[in-house]
Amino acid sequence: MDGSAIKDALSLMDERGSGEGAGYVAYGIYPDFPDCYALHVFFDNIVEPKSKVDDLLSKWGVIVHQEEIPTYEQPRLKRQHIPWRYFFKPNKDLMVGSLTPEEDIIIKTVMGINSGINGALVFSSGKNMGVFKAAGWPEDVANFYRIDSYKGYIWLAHNRYPTNTPGWWGGAHPFNLLDWSVVHNGEITSYGTNRQYVESNGYKCTMSTDTEVVAYLFDLLGRKHELPENFIVKALAPHFWDEIDSMQPRERELNRAIRLTYGPAMMNGPFGIVVARSDGIVGFTDRIKLRPLVVGDDGDRLYISSEEAAIRTVDPDIENIYMPKAGEPVIGRVVI
Amino acid sequence: MVLDEKVVIDARGIHYTPLNELIRQAVEDGATEIVLKNVLGQRFIADALKADVCIEIYGVPGGDLGMFMSGPVCIVHGNCEHAPGNTMDDGKIIIHGSTGDAAAHSMRGGKIFVRDYIGYRGGIHMKEYDQKKPILVIGKSAHSFLGEYMAGGLIILLGIDQKGPYFERGIGSGIHGGRIVIRGTVDDRYLGVGARKMELNENMLCEIHSLVKEFCNYFNIDDKPLMDNDYTVIGPSSSRPFAGKYTWE
Amino acid sequence: MSLGSVPLKYRIDIDRDQCMRCMRCVENCSYGVFRNEEGKLILNSRKCTACHRCISMCPRDAISLKERPVDYRSHSLWTGEAREDIINQSRTGKILLAGMGNAKEYPVIFDRLVLDACQVTNPSIDPLREPMELRTHIGKKPPRLEFKKNEDGDVDLITELAPNLELETPIMIGHMSYGAISLNAQRSIAKAVSKVGTFMGTGEGGLHESIYPYQDNMIVQVASGRFGVDINYLDRGAAIEIKIGQGAKPGIGGHLPGEKVCSDVSCTRMIPLGSDAISPAPHHDIYSIEDLAQLVRGLKEATQWKKPVFVKVAAVHNVAAIAAGIARSSADAVVIDGFRGGTGAAPKVFRDNVGIPIEAAIASVDRKLNEQGIRNEISIIASGGIRNSADIAKSIALGADAVYIGTAALIAMGCRVCGSCYRGLCPWGIATQREDLVKRLDIDSGSRQVANLIHAWTYELSELMGAAGINSIESLRGNRERLRGYMLDEGSLDVLQIKPIGA
Ligand code: SF4
Ligand code: SF4
Repeated sequence: MDGSAIKDALSLMDERGSGEGAGYVAYGIYPDFPDCYALHVFFDNIVEPKSKVDDLLSKWGVIVHQEEIPTYEQPRLKRQHIPWRYFFKPNKDLMVGSLTPEEDIIIKTVMGINSGINGALVFSSGKNMGVFKAAGWPEDVANFYRIDSYKGYIWLAHNRYPTNTPGWWGGAHPFNLLDWSVVHNGEITSYGTNRQYVESNGYKCTMSTDTEVVAYLFDLLGRKHELPENFIVKALAPHFWDEIDSMQPRERELNRAIRLTYGPAMMNGPFGIVVARSDGIVGFTDRIKLRPLVVGDDGDRLYISSEEAAIRTVDPDIENIYMPKAGEPVIGRVVI
Repeated sequence: MVLDEKVVIDARGIHYTPLNELIRQAVEDGATEIVLKNVLGQRFIADALKADVCIEIYGVPGGDLGMFMSGPVCIVHGNCEHAPGNTMDDGKIIIHGSTGDAAAHSMRGGKIFVRDYIGYRGGIHMKEYDQKKPILVIGKSAHSFLGEYMAGGLIILLGIDQKGPYFERGIGSGIHGGRIVIRGTVDDRYLGVGARKMELNENMLCEIHSLVKEFCNYFNIDDKPLMDNDYTVIGPSSSRPFAGKYTWE
Repeated sequence: MSLGSVPLKYRIDIDRDQCMRCMRCVENCSYGVFRNEEGKLILNSRKCTACHRCISMCPRDAISLKERPVDYRSHSLWTGEAREDIINQSRTGKILLAGMGNAKEYPVIFDRLVLDACQVTNPSIDPLREPMELRTHIGKKPPRLEFKKNEDGDVDLITELAPNLELETPIMIGHMSYGAISLNAQRSIAKAVSKVGTFMGTGEGGLHESIYPYQDNMIVQVASGRFGVDINYLDRGAAIEIKIGQGAKPGIGGHLPGEKVCSDVSCTRMIPLGSDAISPAPHHDIYSIEDLAQLVRGLKEATQWKKPVFVKVAAVHNVAAIAAGIARSSADAVVIDGFRGGTGAAPKVFRDNVGIPIEAAIASVDRKLNEQGIRNEISIIASGGIRNSADIAKSIALGADAVYIGTAALIAMGCRVCGSCYRGLCPWGIATQREDLVKRLDIDSGSRQVANLIHAWTYELSELMGAAGINSIESLRGNRERLRGYMLDEGSLDVLQIKPIGA
């Protein structure tokens, strides 16, 4: 589907934002470059920072194609960066001793650019997918990128009410690393703990906002530790101890092991989160349900939103609408 | 000057402020029945509306439906988002569907009937004073922390179509006034801090039965199977939950 | 006599109008300040240690105590204390001995840290109504979990978890040996910890039979003197702690004077009656980090790898690297004891000058372990000068898993921090083995008071967490975002890895 319905659905929730950040991510939008990592970069100018990024990328692989991301001026949206995209193939021989050398090169270069090259920020780095975001109202951001001209099979969209870094394009959601994209409603009170944990595992937090750790946690637990989605969610929003205590032995042992091993990954504070990967999406809330999350399921399509009204904007007659339990993952898989 | 007793408003694409203006105008013009069509996500419908009017809502109203409302009857044909009846003073909200979290938050008077489900923290901090006693009746089920911090009023959960007894944690956690009535049995481990089971007396049963009748009437449900005494009453173990928490410096 | 006497440390006065001559002060003072001469109350203030026993027992509030009633010529460098220490040492030619922890006026970092609370962007949580989890696991954790799909398509956990201690609150009571404190004091603490679901340390004094009923809440200590250590002792403990050093006196050993080695102490420690119990400074089987790893393994082997083994070190300059070394052994937890840690007796020059504050030690250990990617694999227990629940919350936010309290638990049983424990005359029945004094400490009330204290602090801790929007202790651990430094210099902020207030 294209992005027009998503734009309408997100715009319906304008009340939740402040016109200072909105964004979209779509999977399946670059069928011409299916094997390349699509790096979306905000450049402050395309002279200095860009040549540095070009150099760095050429060192680690091949830039198959690059171009400015087409944009269209919007009266209410002030252009702060030049959005650019690279289709990049890392040279996996350059990363020795890694089981996933391509991904590790991407992480290394993304973190390297974001923390080391002034005036350049990579905000999207997966294959055949892309994030589009800016500071502005959802409809303006959508029109700025002509979101309706992209066709994707998974869409996430987010409308931001920033408190920390208002007006900063990088601060808008979705946050992305490799295949993982995250949108988040709420605030993570355990950020300091989670940040230390991901940083001690080689990630660097450069977006000065709490949501990015979610992407790194998913990458660490999902890709590196190979946990299935429902276990990742159990690590991030675990069962309460009193619940674990009353489980059957096998389940109890499993949940206890997850809490002990992944204690620093546990997220606290109010949140409703949806994470996407090329093969599906997972949505969940904090353990005591401090943020809303509504699910709509029409068999072929799965919708997850903060409000039912947004789902009905896309699919007015959907029948199966429900609210998942706190901390329980809602998983949607892509079927081909 | 009465224009028309029944006013129909098409809410499609209208922001809630002009929508509420239309509603207030209609009331001023003497409408006794207002029909809102194509409602989708508009918040604060009937916010602080003080009138003797019936509002029929088709679609999904946004959060805080009937906030501070005093008097009107809202009938929703669809689901509600978060906190319908927030700090509502008087009147009724009848929902042919489910609601989001914090339904009846801080409600101080009037009645809310929800045919299906409510989210987390339903009836949180409902309170009663003098003649005012808020009432929340839920047909199917509710998520955790039902009646949290409840300071007064009555919540009835009927458990219609549910398999097995109610099993969500923290029922009446911090309750210090009012009653929560749940159909069937409730395991003690689901009671919140400060909540305890109480005896179901004649008066209470009478009140339950009359509310059940009213509920079933609205939703066209047969009330007979519900007119027995298979209800668990939960109330506060003390009206002063904080007593004993502090020591003087 | 050329030196003469120094001025009184404390002066005791009696309000003779108030006094009813009940003579309770005479009975209660074990230092001999009061005498009853034919119904007349005679005082000798020079013997007073400010233990406050008489004051707390006087039915008429007739006793007053004044510290340093005699002024010296004021001088900010040559304080009265500096002069008196010199006089004392020139008289005796000996090392000054002192009780309790570091008494020098260093700034307390805890008092320059402020905690965070929620406003608007996230809701605070009321711990009375909503779940609030303080359960803490002390022990080794695997770096990651591994699973295997079984025939039914389910996943099986293949990672095996090492045994962990499960605490219902992150507050434990540190090691104070039977010998250093009385059996009644130890039993009171033991009863309290088993009641609230936490643990205590035995100290290096063996495990007395009357503590056996509480052995599941005991961490048995193996120190350089190996007193009381045999397989029975190791088997009874819930965990084992190797004591390398102590915050109050890093780098030196211990010495329990023969006078305190009564028959009961002697058999619990397994040493002859009346002999000095000397713990050497180092373990003579540990001269390097690899030897430590050996001892850890030796103890694990002895207990069939069923019990967590902790290693306790004093917070010294290089504590972070030392802890990283410990983390690489099979040890389950590292205990860091800050320079304010209490003690029955320590040379004053050590007590007041060697080591670093616990706040900095926790932060630098946590940082180092994080940098090496092994923080969650080992637990950090912090001790030494923890005075209230805020200190605990701050310790955890700086990176500790749990804390040991010592002095605070003694205060809960009556101790007034007079600092004379080494004299063995504690009038509260705590730091003494004299039977009549020990009897003063009632085990039931002692344990109730200690349990009350842990309970109250746990309660406050959950309130602080709730206010910060955190409902599980894991999310406070190392969460420096929720701390700010007030009037701390840049260097300290950097070590603590926190921002200044307002930032
Ligand atoms: S205890 Fe108090 S009242 Fe009793 S003799 Fe001593 S000073 Fe006097
Ligand atoms: S325990 Fe030590 S400091 Fe406390 S009162 Fe007894 S002797 Fe004094």
